[in-house]
Amino acid sequence: MDNVIIGLEIHVQLNRLQSKMFCGCSTAYQNSEPNTHTCPVCLGLPGSLPVLNRKAVECGIKVGLALNCTIEEETLFYRKNYYYPDLPKGFQISQYDFPLATKGHIMILGDDGAERDIRINRAHMEEDPGRLVHAGTIDKAKYTMVDYNRCGMPLLEVVTEPDLCSPKEARTFLDKLKSILEYLDVFDGSLEGSMRVDANISLKGGDRAEVKNISGFKGVEKALSYEITRQKNLQRRNIKVVQETRHFDELRSITVSIRSKVGAHDYRYYPESDLVTLHIASWVPGIRATLPELPDTKRERFVKQYALADDHAKSLTSDIKLANFYEAVVAKAAPKLAAVWIADVLKGELNYRNLGIDEFRPEHMVDIVQMLEQKKITEDGAVEIIRSILDKKGGSPEEIVKSMGLGKAGDDAVQKAVREAVAESPAAVADYKAGSERALNFIVGLVMKKTRGKASPGEVHDLVKSEVEKC
Amino acid sequence: MITKEDVEHISWLASIKIEDEEKDEFVEQFNSILEYFHQLDEVDTDGVEPTYRVVDLANIFREDVARKSLSQEEALKNAPRRENGYFKSPRIV
Repeated sequence: MDNVIIGLEIHVQLNRLQSKMFCGCSTAYQNSEPNTHTCPVCLGLPGSLPVLNRKAVECGIKVGLALNCTIEEETLFYRKNYYYPDLPKGFQISQYDFPLATKGHIMILGDDGAERDIRINRAHMEEDPGRLVHAGTIDKAKYTMVDYNRCGMPLLEVVTEPDLCSPKEARTFLDKLKSILEYLDVFDGSLEGSMRVDANISLKGGDRAEVKNISGFKGVEKALSYEITRQKNLQRRNIKVVQETRHFDELRSITVSIRSKVGAHDYRYYPESDLVTLHIASWVPGIRATLPELPDTKRERFVKQYALADDHAKSLTSDIKLANFYEAVVAKAAPKLAAVWIADVLKGELNYRNLGIDEFRPEHMVDIVQMLEQKKITEDGAVEIIRSILDKKGGSPEEIVKSMGLGKAGDDAVQKAVREAVAESPAAVADYKAGSERALNFIVGLVMKKTRGKASPGEVHDLVKSEVEKC
Repeated sequence: MITKEDVEHISWLASIKIEDEEKDEFVEQFNSILEYFHQLDEVDTDGVEPTYRVVDLANIFREDVARKSLSQEEALKNAPRRENGYFKSPRIV
Protein backbone atom coordinates (compact mmCIF):
# COMPACT_ATOMS: atom_id res chain seq x y z
CA MET A 1 0.00 0.00 0.00
CA ASP A 2 2.95 2.30 -0.58
CA ASN A 3 1.03 4.71 -2.80
CA VAL A 4 -1.88 5.38 -0.42
CA ILE A 5 -2.04 8.76 1.31
CA ILE A 6 -4.32 9.24 4.30
CA GLY A 7 -4.92 12.21 6.56
CA LEU A 8 -7.39 12.18 9.43
CA GLU A 9 -9.61 14.71 11.17
CA ILE A 10 -10.62 13.29 14.51
CA HIS A 11 -13.49 14.75 16.51
CA VAL A 12 -12.96 13.95 20.15
CA GLN A 13 -15.67 14.61 22.71
CA LEU A 14 -14.21 15.99 25.92
CA ASN A 15 -16.75 13.83 27.68
CA ARG A 16 -15.07 13.78 31.10
CA LEU A 17 -16.37 17.33 31.53
CA GLN A 18 -19.59 17.86 33.46
CA SER A 19 -21.17 20.50 31.25
CA LYS A 20 -21.31 21.43 27.56
CA MET A 21 -18.94 23.83 25.77
CA PHE A 22 -21.00 27.01 25.97
CA CYS A 23 -23.88 26.24 28.36
CA GLY A 24 -24.55 24.39 31.58
CA CYS A 25 -26.39 21.42 30.08
CA SER A 26 -25.08 18.12 31.37
CA THR A 27 -22.78 16.04 29.15
CA ALA A 28 -24.32 12.81 30.50
CA TYR A 29 -26.86 12.45 27.72
CA GLN A 30 -26.02 8.88 26.76
CA ASN A 31 -29.06 6.59 27.08
CA SER A 32 -31.34 9.58 27.69
CA GLU A 33 -34.59 10.39 25.95
CA PRO A 34 -34.02 12.70 22.95
CA ASN A 35 -34.02 16.45 23.59
CA THR A 36 -33.81 16.24 27.38
CA HIS A 37 -30.33 17.85 27.68
CA THR A 38 -30.93 21.19 25.99
CA CYS A 39 -31.37 24.85 26.88
CA PRO A 40 -31.87 28.09 24.95
CA VAL A 41 -28.11 28.30 24.21
CA CYS A 42 -27.64 24.86 22.64
CA LEU A 43 -31.04 25.05 20.94
CA GLY A 44 -29.92 28.33 19.35
CA LEU A 45 -32.95 30.26 20.60
CA PRO A 46 -32.92 34.01 19.88
CA GLY A 47 -31.30 36.15 22.56
CA SER A 48 -29.29 33.37 24.17
CA LEU A 49 -25.55 33.87 24.53
CA PRO A 50 -22.72 31.32 24.77
CA VAL A 51 -20.22 31.44 27.66
CA LEU A 52 -17.10 29.30 27.35
CA ASN A 53 -16.39 26.41 29.74
CA ARG A 54 -13.00 27.17 31.34
CA LYS A 55 -12.19 23.53 31.94
CA ALA A 56 -12.82 22.68 28.28
CA VAL A 57 -10.00 25.07 27.36
CA GLU A 58 -7.74 23.51 29.99
CA CYS A 59 -8.48 20.05 28.56
CA GLY A 60 -7.73 21.34 25.06
CA ILE A 61 -4.38 22.72 26.19
CA LYS A 62 -3.56 19.43 27.92
CA VAL A 63 -4.23 17.52 24.71
CA GLY A 64 -2.27 20.06 22.65
CA LEU A 65 0.74 19.67 24.90
CA ALA A 66 0.49 15.88 24.91
CA LEU A 67 0.50 15.98 21.09
CA ASN A 68 3.66 18.11 21.21
CA CYS A 69 1.86 21.12 19.75
CA THR A 70 2.51 24.81 20.22
CA ILE A 71 -0.23 26.49 22.23
CA GLU A 72 -0.98 29.78 20.59
CA GLU A 73 -0.80 33.02 22.60
CA GLU A 74 -4.10 34.24 21.25
CA THR A 75 -6.95 32.04 20.14
CA LEU A 76 -10.35 32.92 18.68
CA PHE A 77 -13.69 31.33 17.95
CA TYR A 78 -15.35 31.62 14.55
CA ARG A 79 -18.76 30.93 13.14
CA LYS A 80 -18.76 28.20 10.53
CA ASN A 81 -21.92 28.76 8.55
CA TYR A 82 -23.84 25.94 7.02
CA TYR A 83 -27.50 25.24 6.90
CA TYR A 84 -28.27 21.76 8.15
CA PRO A 85 -30.75 20.51 10.74
CA ASP A 86 -28.04 19.27 13.14
CA LEU A 87 -27.14 22.92 13.82
CA PRO A 88 -30.05 24.85 15.29
CA LYS A 89 -28.24 28.21 15.04
CA GLY A 90 -27.41 27.79 11.35
CA PHE A 91 -23.70 27.87 12.22
CA GLN A 92 -21.25 25.92 14.32
CA ILE A 93 -18.98 27.70 16.76
CA SER A 94 -15.54 26.48 15.78
CA GLN A 95 -12.04 27.80 15.28
CA TYR A 96 -10.36 28.80 12.02
CA ASP A 97 -7.41 31.19 12.00
CA PHE A 98 -5.71 31.22 15.42
CA PRO A 99 -6.64 27.70 16.60
CA LEU A 100 -5.76 26.58 20.11
CA ALA A 101 -2.82 24.30 19.21
CA THR A 102 -0.68 23.90 16.11
CA LYS A 103 2.17 21.83 14.67
CA GLY A 104 2.66 18.75 16.82
CA HIS A 105 3.46 15.09 16.32
CA ILE A 106 2.99 11.67 17.89
CA MET A 107 4.91 8.48 17.32
CA ILE A 108 3.31 5.31 16.00
CA LEU A 109 4.53 1.91 14.91
CA GLY A 110 4.31 1.94 11.11
CA ASP A 111 3.34 -1.05 8.96
CA ASP A 112 7.03 -1.47 8.09
CA GLY A 113 7.78 -2.24 11.74
CA ALA A 114 9.61 1.06 12.34
CA GLU A 115 8.37 3.76 14.67
CA ARG A 116 7.83 7.17 13.13
CA ASP A 117 6.28 10.53 13.86
CA ILE A 118 2.89 11.42 12.44
CA ARG A 119 2.60 15.18 12.18
CA ILE A 120 -0.35 16.97 13.75
CA ASN A 121 -1.44 20.03 11.77
CA ARG A 122 -3.63 21.51 14.50
CA ALA A 123 -6.07 20.85 17.31
CA HIS A 124 -8.98 23.21 17.71
CA MET A 125 -12.07 23.56 19.90
CA GLU A 126 -15.61 23.44 18.61
CA GLU A 127 -19.12 22.40 19.57
CA ASP A 128 -20.66 19.09 18.58
CA PRO A 129 -23.72 19.29 16.32
CA GLY A 130 -26.94 17.47 17.19
CA ARG A 131 -27.57 13.90 16.20
CA LEU A 132 -29.65 13.09 13.12
CA VAL A 133 -31.65 9.91 12.96
CA HIS A 134 -32.49 8.97 9.40
CA ALA A 135 -35.51 6.83 8.75
CA GLY A 136 -33.66 4.21 6.69
CA THR A 137 -30.30 4.89 5.01
CA ILE A 138 -28.97 8.43 4.53
CA ASP A 139 -29.53 8.50 0.77
CA LYS A 140 -33.03 7.03 0.84
CA ALA A 141 -34.66 8.40 4.02
CA LYS A 142 -37.94 10.29 3.59
CA TYR A 143 -37.32 12.61 6.53
CA THR A 144 -34.89 13.19 9.36
CA MET A 145 -35.39 13.25 13.12
CA VAL A 146 -33.18 15.48 15.24
CA ASP A 147 -31.96 15.05 18.81
CA TYR A 148 -30.09 18.07 20.23
CA ASN A 149 -28.81 16.32 23.39
CA ARG A 150 -25.36 16.10 21.78
CA CYS A 151 -25.50 19.63 20.43
CA GLY A 152 -22.93 21.83 22.17
CA MET A 153 -20.87 18.94 23.54
CA PRO A 154 -17.27 20.12 23.89
CA LEU A 155 -15.24 18.80 20.98
CA LEU A 156 -11.62 18.91 20.09
CA GLU A 157 -10.82 18.40 16.43
CA VAL A 158 -7.37 16.93 15.85
CA VAL A 159 -6.13 17.26 12.28
CA THR A 160 -3.17 15.21 11.05
CA GLU A 161 -0.94 15.84 8.08
CA PRO A 162 -1.36 13.23 5.28
CA ASP A 163 1.32 11.01 6.85
CA LEU A 164 -0.54 7.70 7.11
CA CYS A 165 -0.03 5.02 4.47
CA SER A 166 -2.69 2.36 5.08
CA PRO A 167 -5.98 1.71 6.86
CA LYS A 168 -4.02 -0.26 9.44
CA GLU A 169 -1.73 2.67 10.16
CA ALA A 170 -4.79 4.89 10.52
CA ARG A 171 -6.08 2.42 13.11
CA THR A 172 -2.72 2.36 14.90
CA PHE A 173 -2.72 6.15 15.03
CA LEU A 174 -6.25 6.26 16.44
CA ASP A 175 -5.41 3.67 19.09
CA LYS A 176 -2.44 5.76 20.15
CA LEU A 177 -4.47 8.96 20.22
CA LYS A 178 -7.19 7.30 22.28
CA SER A 179 -4.60 5.97 24.68
CA ILE A 180 -3.12 9.46 25.18
CA LEU A 181 -6.55 11.06 25.65
CA GLU A 182 -7.47 8.51 28.30
CA TYR A 183 -4.14 9.00 30.09
CA LEU A 184 -5.01 12.71 30.24
CA ASP A 185 -8.40 11.86 31.75
CA VAL A 186 -10.22 14.14 29.30
CA PHE A 187 -11.94 11.39 27.33
CA ASP A 188 -13.89 8.18 27.81
CA GLY A 189 -13.70 6.15 24.60
CA SER A 190 -16.23 3.58 25.76
CA LEU A 191 -19.14 5.96 25.13
CA GLU A 192 -20.89 5.68 21.79
CA GLY A 193 -19.91 8.30 19.22
CA SER A 194 -17.23 9.79 21.49
CA MET A 195 -14.64 9.76 18.70
CA ARG A 196 -15.69 10.35 15.10
CA VAL A 197 -13.36 10.48 12.17
CA ASP A 198 -13.29 12.16 8.77
CA ALA A 199 -10.65 10.66 6.50
CA ASN A 200 -9.01 12.21 3.45
CA ILE A 201 -7.71 9.55 1.19
CA SER A 202 -6.05 9.47 -2.20
CA LEU A 203 -3.80 7.34 -4.33
CA LYS A 204 -0.52 8.94 -5.30
CA GLY A 205 -1.15 11.33 -8.20
CA GLY A 206 -4.94 11.22 -7.86
CA ASP A 207 -7.51 13.55 -6.36
CA ARG A 208 -8.66 12.90 -2.82
CA ALA A 209 -12.03 11.87 -1.47
CA GLU A 210 -13.16 12.84 1.99
CA VAL A 211 -15.08 10.17 3.86
CA LYS A 212 -17.16 11.80 6.57
CA ASN A 213 -18.30 10.82 10.00
CA ILE A 214 -16.94 7.34 10.54
CA SER A 215 -17.74 6.08 14.00
CA GLY A 216 -15.61 3.38 15.58
CA PHE A 217 -12.06 2.26 14.80
CA LYS A 218 -13.14 -0.84 12.92
CA GLY A 219 -15.33 1.46 10.82
CA VAL A 220 -12.27 3.55 9.90
CA GLU A 221 -10.37 0.51 8.67
CA LYS A 222 -13.37 -0.75 6.72
CA ALA A 223 -14.25 2.61 5.18
CA LEU A 224 -10.65 3.27 4.13
CA SER A 225 -10.19 -0.21 2.67
CA TYR A 226 -13.39 0.15 0.69
CA GLU A 227 -12.34 3.59 -0.54
CA ILE A 228 -8.90 2.37 -1.65
CA THR A 229 -10.47 -0.46 -3.62
CA ARG A 230 -12.96 1.93 -5.20
CA GLN A 231 -10.25 4.40 -6.24
CA LYS A 232 -7.96 1.64 -7.54
CA ASN A 233 -10.78 0.22 -9.65
CA LEU A 234 -11.45 3.64 -11.13
CA GLN A 235 -7.75 4.11 -11.86
CA ARG A 236 -7.58 0.70 -13.53
CA ARG A 237 -10.43 1.70 -15.85
CA ASN A 238 -8.73 5.05 -16.52
CA ILE A 239 -11.50 6.99 -14.80
CA LYS A 240 -10.42 10.04 -12.85
CA VAL A 241 -11.15 10.08 -9.11
CA VAL A 242 -13.12 13.26 -8.47
CA GLN A 243 -12.59 15.30 -5.37
CA GLU A 244 -15.77 14.86 -3.36
CA THR A 245 -17.30 14.13 0.01
CA ARG A 246 -18.49 10.60 0.71
CA HIS A 247 -20.48 9.13 3.54
CA PHE A 248 -19.60 5.78 5.12
CA ASP A 249 -22.65 3.56 5.28
CA GLU A 250 -21.86 1.28 8.20
CA LEU A 251 -24.63 -1.23 7.50
CA ARG A 252 -23.50 -1.87 3.94
CA SER A 253 -19.78 -1.20 4.65
CA ILE A 254 -19.45 1.02 1.60
CA THR A 255 -18.93 4.74 0.97
CA VAL A 256 -21.52 6.70 -0.98
CA SER A 257 -21.16 10.06 -2.64
CA ILE A 258 -23.07 12.88 -0.96
CA ARG A 259 -23.24 15.62 -3.54
CA SER A 260 -22.89 18.46 -1.08
CA LYS A 261 -22.25 21.77 -2.81
CA VAL A 262 -20.89 23.52 0.27
CA GLY A 263 -17.15 23.79 -0.24
CA ALA A 264 -14.69 25.11 2.33
CA HIS A 265 -14.89 28.62 0.93
CA ASP A 266 -18.65 28.57 1.34
CA TYR A 267 -18.59 28.20 5.12
CA ARG A 268 -18.18 31.97 5.33
CA TYR A 269 -16.16 31.77 8.54
CA TYR A 270 -16.17 34.95 10.56
CA PRO A 271 -15.19 35.78 14.14
CA GLU A 272 -17.84 34.75 16.68
CA SER A 273 -18.92 38.11 18.01
CA ASP A 274 -20.63 36.63 21.07
CA LEU A 275 -17.35 35.26 22.48
CA VAL A 276 -14.25 37.18 23.48
CA THR A 277 -10.60 36.54 22.61
CA LEU A 278 -8.64 34.05 24.69
CA HIS A 279 -5.15 34.81 25.96
CA ILE A 280 -4.11 31.52 27.45
CA ALA A 281 -0.36 31.24 26.90
CA SER A 282 0.16 32.07 30.59
CA TRP A 283 -1.78 28.95 31.56
CA VAL A 284 0.59 26.66 29.73
CA PRO A 285 3.38 26.19 32.31
CA GLY A 286 0.85 25.40 35.06
CA ILE A 287 -1.00 22.89 32.90
CA ARG A 288 2.22 21.35 31.62
CA ALA A 289 3.19 20.70 35.22
CA THR A 290 0.00 18.67 35.75
CA LEU A 291 0.50 16.43 32.71
CA PRO A 292 0.67 12.78 33.71
CA GLU A 293 3.33 10.36 32.53
CA LEU A 294 2.26 9.55 28.95
CA PRO A 295 2.27 6.12 27.26
CA ASP A 296 5.70 6.32 25.58
CA THR A 297 7.44 7.52 28.75
CA LYS A 298 5.67 4.96 30.89
CA ARG A 299 6.65 2.23 28.46
CA GLU A 300 10.33 3.22 28.69
CA ARG A 301 10.11 3.31 32.47
CA PHE A 302 8.49 -0.14 32.62
CA VAL A 303 11.30 -1.57 30.52
CA LYS A 304 13.93 -0.02 32.80
CA GLN A 305 12.28 -0.32 36.21
CA TYR A 306 10.79 -3.81 35.86
CA ALA A 307 13.19 -5.25 33.25
CA LEU A 308 10.30 -6.03 30.92
CA ALA A 309 10.45 -7.00 27.28
CA ASP A 310 9.51 -4.01 25.13
CA ASP A 311 6.39 -5.68 23.71
CA HIS A 312 5.12 -6.45 27.21
CA ALA A 313 5.81 -2.87 28.31
CA LYS A 314 4.00 -1.58 25.22
CA SER A 315 1.01 -3.83 25.74
CA LEU A 316 0.71 -2.92 29.43
CA THR A 317 0.98 0.84 28.82
CA SER A 318 -1.44 1.02 25.87
CA ASP A 319 -4.29 1.56 28.33
CA ILE A 320 -3.89 3.68 31.47
CA LYS A 321 -6.16 1.39 33.49
CA LEU A 322 -4.13 -1.66 32.53
CA ALA A 323 -0.88 0.16 33.37
CA ASN A 324 -2.23 1.13 36.80
CA PHE A 325 -3.42 -2.43 37.35
CA TYR A 326 0.03 -3.77 36.54
CA GLU A 327 1.72 -1.36 38.93
CA ALA A 328 -0.71 -2.31 41.70
CA VAL A 329 0.19 -5.97 41.14
CA VAL A 330 3.98 -5.54 40.98
CA ALA A 331 3.91 -3.73 44.30
CA LYS A 332 3.52 -7.25 45.73
CA ALA A 333 4.46 -9.74 43.03
CA ALA A 334 7.33 -10.60 40.69
CA PRO A 335 7.36 -7.96 37.87
CA LYS A 336 8.34 -10.17 34.93
CA LEU A 337 5.98 -13.01 35.78
CA ALA A 338 3.17 -10.53 36.45
CA ALA A 339 3.80 -8.86 33.06
CA VAL A 340 3.53 -12.18 31.25
CA TRP A 341 0.34 -13.17 33.04
CA ILE A 342 -1.34 -9.79 32.64
CA ALA A 343 -0.25 -8.92 29.09
CA ASP A 344 -0.36 -12.41 27.56
CA VAL A 345 -3.09 -14.19 29.50
CA LEU A 346 -5.42 -11.88 31.42
CA LYS A 347 -5.68 -9.34 28.57
CA GLY A 348 -6.65 -12.09 26.12
CA GLU A 349 -9.22 -13.59 28.47
CA LEU A 350 -10.73 -10.11 29.01
CA ASN A 351 -10.84 -9.34 25.28
CA TYR A 352 -12.44 -12.71 24.59
CA ARG A 353 -15.24 -11.84 27.01
CA ASN A 354 -15.39 -8.19 25.92
CA LEU A 355 -14.62 -7.11 29.49
CA GLY A 356 -12.46 -4.31 30.84
CA ILE A 357 -9.67 -4.56 33.39
CA ASP A 358 -12.09 -3.17 36.00
CA GLU A 359 -13.59 -6.66 36.15
CA PHE A 360 -10.47 -8.12 37.74
CA ARG A 361 -9.00 -7.20 41.13
CA PRO A 362 -5.24 -6.58 41.37
CA GLU A 363 -5.13 -8.52 44.70
CA HIS A 364 -6.35 -11.60 42.87
CA MET A 365 -3.58 -11.27 40.29
CA VAL A 366 -1.06 -10.84 43.12
CA ASP A 367 -2.30 -14.13 44.66
CA ILE A 368 -2.09 -15.95 41.34
CA VAL A 369 1.44 -14.74 40.56
CA GLN A 370 2.61 -15.56 44.07
CA MET A 371 1.13 -19.08 43.90
CA LEU A 372 2.83 -19.61 40.54
CA GLU A 373 6.12 -18.40 41.96
CA GLN A 374 5.83 -20.71 44.95
CA LYS A 375 4.85 -23.52 42.55
CA LYS A 376 1.59 -24.05 44.42
CA ILE A 377 -0.34 -24.08 41.15
CA THR A 378 0.49 -25.04 37.58
CA GLU A 379 0.19 -22.68 34.62
CA ASP A 380 -2.94 -24.50 33.49
CA GLY A 381 -4.33 -24.07 36.99
CA ALA A 382 -3.62 -20.32 36.89
CA VAL A 383 -5.53 -20.02 33.62
CA GLU A 384 -8.44 -21.91 35.16
CA ILE A 385 -8.49 -19.52 38.13
CA ILE A 386 -8.56 -16.46 35.86
CA ARG A 387 -11.37 -17.91 33.78
CA SER A 388 -13.33 -18.89 36.85
CA ILE A 389 -13.11 -15.36 38.29
CA LEU A 390 -14.10 -13.74 35.00
CA ASP A 391 -16.99 -16.11 34.49
CA LYS A 392 -18.32 -14.82 37.81
CA LYS A 393 -18.16 -18.06 39.71
CA GLY A 394 -17.00 -15.96 42.64
CA GLY A 395 -14.34 -16.59 45.26
CA SER A 396 -10.70 -15.64 45.70
CA PRO A 397 -7.90 -17.49 43.89
CA GLU A 398 -7.10 -19.51 47.04
CA GLU A 399 -10.73 -20.58 47.42
CA ILE A 400 -10.92 -21.52 43.76
CA VAL A 401 -7.75 -23.61 44.10
CA LYS A 402 -9.43 -25.51 46.93
CA SER A 403 -12.90 -25.82 45.43
CA MET A 404 -11.68 -26.84 41.98
CA GLY A 405 -8.82 -28.97 43.29
CA LEU A 406 -6.23 -26.99 41.34
CA GLY A 407 -3.50 -27.20 43.97
CA LYS A 408 -0.29 -28.53 42.49
CA ALA A 409 0.55 -32.05 43.62
CA GLY A 410 3.30 -32.16 46.24
CA ASP A 411 6.78 -33.33 45.18
CA ASP A 412 6.33 -36.62 47.04
CA ALA A 413 3.08 -37.38 45.27
CA VAL A 414 4.63 -36.59 41.88
CA GLN A 415 7.72 -38.70 42.62
CA LYS A 416 5.49 -41.58 43.65
CA ALA A 417 3.38 -41.28 40.50
CA VAL A 418 6.53 -41.18 38.35
CA ARG A 419 7.93 -44.35 39.94
CA GLU A 420 4.59 -46.15 39.50
CA ALA A 421 4.18 -45.04 35.92
CA VAL A 422 7.69 -46.13 34.92
CA ALA A 423 7.18 -49.52 36.61
CA GLU A 424 3.87 -49.96 34.74
CA SER A 425 5.37 -49.17 31.31
CA PRO A 426 8.14 -51.67 30.51
CA ALA A 427 7.45 -51.47 26.77
CA ALA A 428 7.84 -47.67 26.69
CA VAL A 429 11.02 -47.90 28.74
CA ALA A 430 12.42 -50.43 26.26
CA ASP A 431 11.47 -48.17 23.31
CA TYR A 432 13.21 -45.22 24.96
CA LYS A 433 16.35 -47.30 25.53
CA ALA A 434 16.17 -48.30 21.87
CA GLY A 435 16.44 -44.58 20.99
CA SER A 436 12.83 -43.37 20.81
CA GLU A 437 12.69 -40.08 22.76
CA ARG A 438 8.96 -39.91 22.10
CA ALA A 439 8.30 -43.04 24.13
CA LEU A 440 8.66 -40.85 27.23
CA ASN A 441 5.48 -38.97 26.34
CA PHE A 442 3.45 -42.09 27.05
CA ILE A 443 4.83 -42.29 30.58
CA VAL A 444 4.43 -38.52 31.13
CA GLY A 445 0.77 -38.88 30.11
CA LEU A 446 0.33 -41.64 32.64
CA VAL A 447 1.82 -39.47 35.41
CA MET A 448 -0.46 -36.55 34.49
CA LYS A 449 -3.40 -38.91 34.71
CA LYS A 450 -2.33 -40.21 38.11
CA THR A 451 -1.84 -36.66 39.46
CA ARG A 452 -5.02 -35.49 37.72
CA GLY A 453 -3.24 -32.70 35.93
CA LYS A 454 -1.92 -31.10 39.10
CA ALA A 455 1.70 -31.57 38.10
CA SER A 456 3.59 -29.42 35.64
CA PRO A 457 4.17 -31.38 32.39
CA GLY A 458 7.66 -29.94 31.93
CA GLU A 459 8.82 -30.96 35.38
CA VAL A 460 7.22 -34.40 35.03
CA HIS A 461 9.03 -34.94 31.75
CA ASP A 462 12.40 -34.31 33.44
CA LEU A 463 11.55 -36.54 36.38
CA VAL A 464 10.40 -39.38 34.12
CA LYS A 465 13.55 -39.11 32.04
CA SER A 466 15.87 -39.43 35.02
CA GLU A 467 13.78 -42.26 36.48
CA VAL A 468 13.86 -44.21 33.21
CA GLU A 469 17.57 -43.74 32.90
CA LYS A 470 17.99 -45.37 36.32
CA CYS A 471 16.30 -48.51 34.99
CA MET B 1 -20.20 43.07 -8.91
CA ILE B 2 -22.96 40.73 -7.77
CA THR B 3 -24.44 38.74 -10.63
CA LYS B 4 -27.63 36.77 -10.99
CA GLU B 5 -25.60 33.57 -10.42
CA ASP B 6 -24.32 34.98 -7.11
CA VAL B 7 -27.87 35.66 -6.00
CA GLU B 8 -28.87 32.12 -6.90
CA HIS B 9 -25.90 30.71 -4.99
CA ILE B 10 -26.63 32.85 -1.92
CA SER B 11 -30.24 31.77 -1.96
CA TRP B 12 -29.11 28.14 -2.13
CA LEU B 13 -26.70 28.59 0.80
CA ALA B 14 -29.41 30.22 2.89
CA SER B 15 -32.04 27.71 1.78
CA ILE B 16 -34.32 30.60 0.86
CA LYS B 17 -36.25 30.26 -2.36
CA ILE B 18 -36.18 33.31 -4.61
CA GLU B 19 -38.59 33.57 -7.54
CA ASP B 20 -37.07 34.28 -10.93
CA GLU B 21 -38.63 37.71 -11.24
CA GLU B 22 -37.19 38.66 -7.81
CA LYS B 23 -33.62 37.87 -8.81
CA ASP B 24 -32.91 41.04 -10.79
CA GLU B 25 -34.29 43.06 -7.95
CA PHE B 26 -31.86 41.36 -5.52
CA VAL B 27 -28.92 41.86 -7.89
CA GLU B 28 -29.63 45.56 -7.85
CA GLN B 29 -30.12 45.74 -4.06
CA PHE B 30 -27.02 43.65 -3.20
CA ASN B 31 -24.92 45.84 -5.47
CA SER B 32 -26.20 49.05 -4.00
CA ILE B 33 -25.48 47.75 -0.47
CA LEU B 34 -21.95 46.76 -1.46
CA GLU B 35 -21.43 50.09 -3.16
CA TYR B 36 -22.41 51.82 0.04
CA PHE B 37 -19.85 49.79 1.95
CA HIS B 38 -17.21 50.62 -0.63
CA GLN B 39 -17.06 54.04 0.96
CA LEU B 40 -14.92 52.31 3.62
CA ASP B 41 -12.25 51.75 0.95
CA GLU B 42 -11.52 55.45 1.06
CA VAL B 43 -10.07 55.11 4.57
CA ASP B 44 -6.30 54.73 4.58
CA THR B 45 -5.58 51.51 6.55
CA ASP B 46 -1.87 51.26 5.77
CA GLY B 47 -0.02 49.93 8.81
CA VAL B 48 -3.23 49.22 10.77
CA GLU B 49 -3.60 45.73 12.27
CA PRO B 50 -6.79 43.91 11.21
CA THR B 51 -9.53 43.98 13.84
CA TYR B 52 -11.09 40.69 14.86
CA ARG B 53 -12.93 42.02 17.86
CA VAL B 54 -14.54 45.33 18.65
CA VAL B 55 -15.09 44.45 22.31
CA ASP B 56 -11.95 44.99 24.33
CA LEU B 57 -12.48 42.04 26.65
CA ALA B 58 -10.67 38.72 26.91
CA ASN B 59 -10.85 35.48 28.89
CA ILE B 60 -14.44 35.30 30.03
CA PHE B 61 -15.45 31.87 31.24
CA ARG B 62 -17.97 29.88 33.15
CA GLU B 63 -17.01 27.06 35.48
CA ASP B 64 -17.66 23.46 34.45
CA VAL B 65 -20.85 22.96 36.42
CA ALA B 66 -23.91 21.20 35.02
CA ARG B 67 -27.30 22.68 35.69
CA LYS B 68 -30.85 21.72 34.92
CA SER B 69 -31.89 21.58 31.26
CA LEU B 70 -35.27 22.27 29.69
CA SER B 71 -37.80 19.46 29.74
CA GLN B 72 -38.39 17.64 26.47
CA GLU B 73 -41.81 19.28 26.23
CA GLU B 74 -40.31 22.78 26.67
CA ALA B 75 -37.54 22.03 24.17
CA LEU B 76 -40.01 20.93 21.51
CA LYS B 77 -42.57 23.62 22.21
CA ASN B 78 -41.80 25.69 19.09
CA ALA B 79 -41.20 22.75 16.76
CA PRO B 80 -43.65 22.73 13.85
CA ARG B 81 -43.25 18.97 13.54
CA ARG B 82 -42.09 16.36 16.00
CA GLU B 83 -42.06 12.60 16.40
CA ASN B 84 -41.34 10.52 19.52
CA GLY B 85 -39.51 13.35 21.25
CA TYR B 86 -37.47 14.30 18.18
CA PHE B 87 -37.62 17.41 16.04
CA LYS B 88 -38.75 16.32 12.59
CA SER B 89 -37.06 17.87 9.58
CA PRO B 90 -37.16 17.35 5.84
CA ARG B 91 -34.44 15.10 4.49
CA ILE B 92 -31.45 17.20 3.46
CA VAL B 93 -28.51 15.48 1.85
